[in-house]
Amino acid sequence: MSNAWKTLTNGIFKENPTFGLVLGMCPTLATTTSAVNGMSMGLATLFVLVCSNVVISMLKNVIPDKVRIPAFIVVIATFVSILQLVMQAYVPAIYATLGIFIPLIVVNCIVLGRAEAFACKNSIGLSALDGIGMGLGFTLALTLIGAIREILGTGCVFGQHIFSDTYGALIFVLAPGAFICLGYVMALVQKCLEHSK
Amino acid sequence: MAKLESSFKNMVLSLTLITLVAAAGLAAVYMVTQAQIEAQKEQAQNAARIAVLNGQEGTAIECTADGFGGPIRLMVGFAADGTILGYEVLEQQETPGLGTHIVEWFKDTTKPGQNIVGRQATGQLTVSKDGGDVDAITAATISSRAFLRAINAAYADWKGQQGEQVEAMTGASMRVETYSADSCKGHHHEGQCCGHCEGKEACHE
Amino acid sequence: MIYFLIFISAIFVNNIVLSQFLGICPFLGVSKKIDTALGMGAAVAFVLTLATVVTYLLNKLLILWGLEFMQTILFILVIAALVQMIEIILKKISPSLYQALGVFLPLITTNCCLLGVAILVANGTEKLPAGITNPGLLEGTIFAFATALGFALALVLFAGIREQLSMNKIPKAMQGTPIALVTAGLLAMAFMGFSGVV
Repeated sequence: MSNAWKTLTNGIFKENPTFGLVLGMCPTLATTTSAVNGMSMGLATLFVLVCSNVVISMLKNVIPDKVRIPAFIVVIATFVSILQLVMQAYVPAIYATLGIFIPLIVVNCIVLGRAEAFACKNSIGLSALDGIGMGLGFTLALTLIGAIREILGTGCVFGQHIFSDTYGALIFVLAPGAFICLGYVMALVQKCLEHSK
Repeated sequence: MAKLESSFKNMVLSLTLITLVAAAGLAAVYMVTQAQIEAQKEQAQNAARIAVLNGQEGTAIECTADGFGGPIRLMVGFAADGTILGYEVLEQQETPGLGTHIVEWFKDTTKPGQNIVGRQATGQLTVSKDGGDVDAITAATISSRAFLRAINAAYADWKGQQGEQVEAMTGASMRVETYSADSCKGHHHEGQCCGHCEGKEACHE
Repeated sequence: MIYFLIFISAIFVNNIVLSQFLGICPFLGVSKKIDTALGMGAAVAFVLTLATVVTYLLNKLLILWGLEFMQTILFILVIAALVQMIEIILKKISPSLYQALGVFLPLITTNCCLLGVAILVANGTEKLPAGITNPGLLEGTIFAFATALGFALALVLFAGIREQLSMNKIPKAMQGTPIALVTAGLLAMAFMGFSGVV
């Protein structure tokens, strides 16, 4: 029980992919123009993470060590392609918004990183939990940054107006805002971690 | 179960097997989702067509022009007398919060200065800054100009068809034509070109 | 003229790192010194151009056979294999070049610039100037090369700033990635000035 719980929460807090491990920066910066976009990207990554973790954990004994990276890439790319097809079929609007960053989940270091660091050494159940934890951690981080950028940039969050209609510091929705916003949120997280130690 | 050792045979075998299973699985998903993907695309097109015609009879024309951040792709609905029934922005890459307002700015019926829905299209719509009578989006003049260029080009195209096919136009015809306002872009630049392009040929030279 | 526009657009207006957010990992990771930044930039320029040509041609085959849904898998495998091959060939043919670029090659496979640009060129992109949305082989190749130059430019500029930055006192919480991100944000703001040029 405690082991499973630890695995699950590890990705959400201690080794949060965005704030702790600083992985997957491209989608973190690119798709967080709003809370909804950030969350969609996070959930898409969660799906691939869980599936690839489970399958790689299943296959860990039949993949010879020397070809494990190409084998992992094939597994991950397959799930990403499945995700692409399913999203095109059922949520085409979100697929269009996230655009190229859906196929690019293949090269997201989090997915390959977890396969290599966790799934190929642990049981199927734990690997699934690790995938869920990491995926949730990533989703939370992206949603948070998306929400902050949306509030600062347009005065809305999840499309709901918080400030007046005329408010808008557009720079936060644009490219520079992504870098600056993530930078300050990370500094804040580092500060909090420092205090909690 | 013991881990397979990295002999050449094992490596080739396991990689081949994994790839084959992956390809087969993917093909299966593809077949299942294919129909739905097609249906979604069709539906998106139809939804735009219905929206631009506003429930009235007319023709839907598709058109693109180069905006500030990339091409702006529109669908415009014209009534038989050339009145603009409505428009939908199908695709755009304008600056969020500024140029992206083209999506709703020009169909705000409460603001006649900027609204173009219900106007008689002349092929000469321009923003007030350029001597026209359409109010441009604040701080997004280039996007507004590009938008109107696309509308004008769509009108020119629609008019071209009218000449040929007046009889064929009865009934609830909904035809979609694609035509780029900026097919001439290599030769002239931003804003100079398509306001006075009468038809496709003028642009293609 | 059109090729010139592609260059300007890909290097400045739609800079791959600062406005498209591709290749952020090496941008943050390999940008502490100008020398390494130059090496990385050169390696990316080399591989990116080659990979784009190969994937572009392969994509034509996929379309011919109606297998577009295999694109992602095929592209990433081809890129991974290509990087390996380049490493081996370079080692044999030009040891000096291998010395300069070799260290960066393994890092490149997971650089999302590569797959990103390959997909953009194969599927068409709005980021090309003059209304070309479906580039041909020549345009695609030039676009890829120009994009890589843009990547190198951003990387070298950023490395220059970071070299200066490392001599300054920075609040503890801001050290490391946070200050790098904020700096990148300011650089991105400068590059935003190019928008609308092409």
